[in-house]
Amino acid sequence: MEYSLEEVMETVKMTLYDNFDIRTVTLGINLKDCINPDLGIFKSKVYERVTDYGKRLVTEAGKLEDKYGIPIINKRISVTPVSLITESCADDAPLELAVTLDKAARDAGIDFIGGYGALVQKGMTKADEQLINSLPDVLSSTERVCAFLNVGSTVSGMNMDAVIKLGTVIKDIAGRTDNGLGCTKFAVFSNAPEDNPFMAGAFHGIGEPDFSLNIGISGPGVVRGVVEKNTKCDLTGLSEIVKRTAFKITRAGELIGRELAANLNVPFGIVDISLASTTKVGDSVAGIVELMGIERMGAPGSTAALALLIDAVKKGGAMASGNVGGLSGTFIPVSEDSGMNRAVREGALSIEKLEALTAVCSVGLDMIAIPGDTPSETISAIIADELSIGVVNGKTTGVRLIPVPGKKAGDYVNFGGLLGETYIMEISRFSSRDFILRGGRMPSPVTSMRN
Amino acid sequence: MTKDLVFITVIGKDQKGIIARISNAVFKHNINIEDLDQKIMGGYFVMTMLADMSDSGIMIGDLKKELAQIETDMGLKIQVQHENIFKAMHRV
Repeated sequence: MEYSLEEVMETVKMTLYDNFDIRTVTLGINLKDCINPDLGIFKSKVYERVTDYGKRLVTEAGKLEDKYGIPIINKRISVTPVSLITESCADDAPLELAVTLDKAARDAGIDFIGGYGALVQKGMTKADEQLINSLPDVLSSTERVCAFLNVGSTVSGMNMDAVIKLGTVIKDIAGRTDNGLGCTKFAVFSNAPEDNPFMAGAFHGIGEPDFSLNIGISGPGVVRGVVEKNTKCDLTGLSEIVKRTAFKITRAGELIGRELAANLNVPFGIVDISLASTTKVGDSVAGIVELMGIERMGAPGSTAALALLIDAVKKGGAMASGNVGGLSGTFIPVSEDSGMNRAVREGALSIEKLEALTAVCSVGLDMIAIPGDTPSETISAIIADELSIGVVNGKTTGVRLIPVPGKKAGDYVNFGGLLGETYIMEISRFSSRDFILRGGRMPSPVTSMRN
Repeated sequence: MTKDLVFITVIGKDQKGIIARISNAVFKHNINIEDLDQKIMGGYFVMTMLADMSDSGIMIGDLKKELAQIETDMGLKIQVQHENIFKAMHRV
């Protein structure tokens, strides 16, 4: 036989016992050519395109699940940033389009549709402001629409006027939804990639073709499996083992992504090799770090361990695919990762340590519940801190905070399903108000002058 | 004609009739068995069967549903996966 029994069983065991799956296939769709002065026609063109391609995406993905025996967990759609396509429309157009996108996603069997957002790193147009103002309405009245805002970049610096607005917008969204759930569908970025397949931040960037099929592989469980088996090797050896594993799962992702794109007759975009945790115990990134020898995620050494882990994943992934893109970092969402959640509960992990972790490897402060009475300027300041790391270091960073109404530090909150459960994190009681309210634009760092 | 190869893999407790029942199921759908390997790994019986589906009219999804009956009856784990996934993961 061309393959040894051990090779075949290695792949089989990954799917049967280590939760190996394709986390998401996300079809990016250009909506610029749907723009029409008549909002009714505009919405109807958007609805038809999204439902048509959405249904096909779900059907074709299902066929490949059968063919390869690897579950494809989420089938999603990202669209052109909505603020761009509503520039010439009336004030209520963003909200109306959001309702259309929500209905189209539901009718096509798509669980989340991304792209309700704007790129405002240097300033806001009138349409951008309309969209930002509509976020509380949209995120409290729709079910499947995900929103994003890019407010900083290495080239442009950071739009602090937008950051000020976000503090109040995020609190407003939280106040209008149970347990602040609306905030779980809203991500704020610096250096947001245009081809990210993961929600809530996915959008179909302006440099993209009409369609682009992007795939997010997953493999915390598989990586955990090999780390668990290799308790005695040194860190060089461990890096090598993780690298080999990442190579294999990226190759599987690339195969499925390319075939799905061909079957849909759309261009293949990228493979995002992020380690994306889920609420399953065996699917925790924190769990991998702990198996590496850290007693509890957040203890000294966690940053180094996570840096080694994602570096090995990137090296394996880069060898396996010429199309690595999207976020391709480690996700360390607190509520969605059982190990992260335990570390918060036991006092091992603070928001300051989470910020440090994002400096070397991960993509941001993700799914963190904070007290409902956190001042809006403090929320803006946390966003500014996190995004500064991205702006200065030329990497993507994002923030998804949930100020849970009526809850204080240490309280428990359950967001339900894949969004998980968590404990409210303690936030510094000292004020950043006077700094944040200065507004303006943080200039781009000197590292941006590369020409 | 180009082959359409799948791996049927079985993990479980060794017992009489595993290969017989699976062979019978694939034969019924005109699927040719190309190769077979089996051994005891970590106390479990494991078997890989390489089968060519090019002359068969059945879809992989439907074959899986039929094999699921054997899975339940005999307390086994049975997977059916197209050969391409093994090529992608184990061959450069």
